Amino acid sequence: MADAAFDPVRIDVATLVQKSVASLYSHLVTRPTGRAVRLAIESQLLEAGDPSVSVIDFSEVTILDYSCADEVVARLLKAYLDDARPRDAFFLFRGVREWHREPIEVVLERQGLAAVVQSAEADPQLVGTVTEEERTVWGEIERRGHIHGTVSDAFDGDDARAALARLVERRLVFSGPAGGVHSLRALVDAG
Amino acid sequence: MNVIPLPAGLERRSVDDLFEAAAGAVDGKALFDARHVRFVDPNGTVALLAAGRFLADRTGTLPRLQLPESADAQSYMARIGFFRAAEGIFEFAGKPPRSGEGDSNVLLQITPITRNADVHEVVDRVQSAAGAILSNTLGYPLTSVVPFSVILSEVCQNVLEHAEAPGWVAAQSYNWQKRIGRHVLVISVGDLGRGFRGSLQDEHSARFGERWNDATALEAAFIHGLTRFPDSHRGQGIQQIRKQVRRWNGAISIRSGTARIADVPDWDDTPPLQDHLADFPGAQISMILPAKEPSDG
Repeated sequence: MADAAFDPVRIDVATLVQKSVASLYSHLVTRPTGRAVRLAIESQLLEAGDPSVSVIDFSEVTILDYSCADEVVARLLKAYLDDARPRDAFFLFRGVREWHREPIEVVLERQGLAAVVQSAEADPQLVGTVTEEERTVWGEIERRGHIHGTVSDAFDGDDARAALARLVERRLVFSGPAGGVHSLRALVDAG
Repeated sequence: MNVIPLPAGLERRSVDDLFEAAAGAVDGKALFDARHVRFVDPNGTVALLAAGRFLADRTGTLPRLQLPESADAQSYMARIGFFRAAEGIFEFAGKPPRSGEGDSNVLLQITPITRNADVHEVVDRVQSAAGAILSNTLGYPLTSVVPFSVILSEVCQNVLEHAEAPGWVAAQSYNWQKRIGRHVLVISVGDLGRGFRGSLQDEHSARFGERWNDATALEAAFIHGLTRFPDSHRGQGIQQIRKQVRRWNGAISIRSGTARIADVPDWDDTPPLQDHLADFPGAQISMILPAKEPSDG
């Protein structure tokens, strides 16, 4: 894994709500709250490496509404997919509980985005808008953690390789400078 | 003095008459005569606040409110926080009872929605009581507190983001044994803002041409998910609220301007679309969530 060494940035969303919005707030509701949290995350990323992988942790968040999901997940991802992104950043959303998933999936699908989310004691999942081919290839990378050497050897067929290229472009896996491909979970766990 | 007699039942089905009377009483001081009121629900109290505030703003003088003769009605209005919310909107003929606490059926006392912090407060407030009412009274799963809080948050944000005017929210459970044979939770949100037509006007009215009115604006938002934001990813809260209310086999209606649109479950008889109602500013959203039946699975 010589081409991918990260010191993951760990961001506790519930703490960020209280620090950046109001100490008495405990829920991730309303668009201004979501916007403030997103800006706080982006501010933390300014001090991270480039590229960086961040763990956005929802473990202590009980209520997540659609407006906040749009700001803290969809708009955050979109900002770093843009050609004019401030830096190279990858995101793994952890502590995502069953009742967080619907708002997250709805806002991602509305914008044609996808994200890697993980609930406690479960493997990461790909949610949002993804093709079957992307899901299959992502699942294989997730299972293996890292694929070293020539990636084209790991996946047969043009469709699979095209799907891999899209996963890299969509920042759902990391392609290292030496040509290896790494799941986001593997990067975080190795950090 | 314009006298506006209030019906015995001040609730969802009578708010149109209340708004019509208020809209026609803008030329002098008004008296809301609530002496014969015997039953009030969150839709009635929120509508009464809206009607009072509307006349206070239009006439420059606070309308007068004659209190109900029924001690039960007065007590209910106190328990749901009506008299506290009505300070500065009405002058009372008679001394209203003190706001009461401790009614386990009141999920959410009338709460003004004027800023972001109010939505946080609403969500915080319902956490403990919502679990008991949703689970014990309505038979919903314990985890339903979360989607319930989310739709409450979204519907309150609708006031802040689209109305651009203050509003109110309230919620209470009832035993509707006679009406539909079940308990229900009634949630009402109202505001005096620019309404759906006003909110969508700049972005969407041109494509409707002469058909543009309150009914088409409500259809555009409610059925087709159009919003005032050029960014189509925003303002989709109403669609998510509808989806969740449908999952609970609930009813949701929005009255705005001269029209009302509704998702109507089989136990309700509200028309899906009403037009040519008396013109009244803002929007009033009513949601009714019925108890789960064994056959619901």
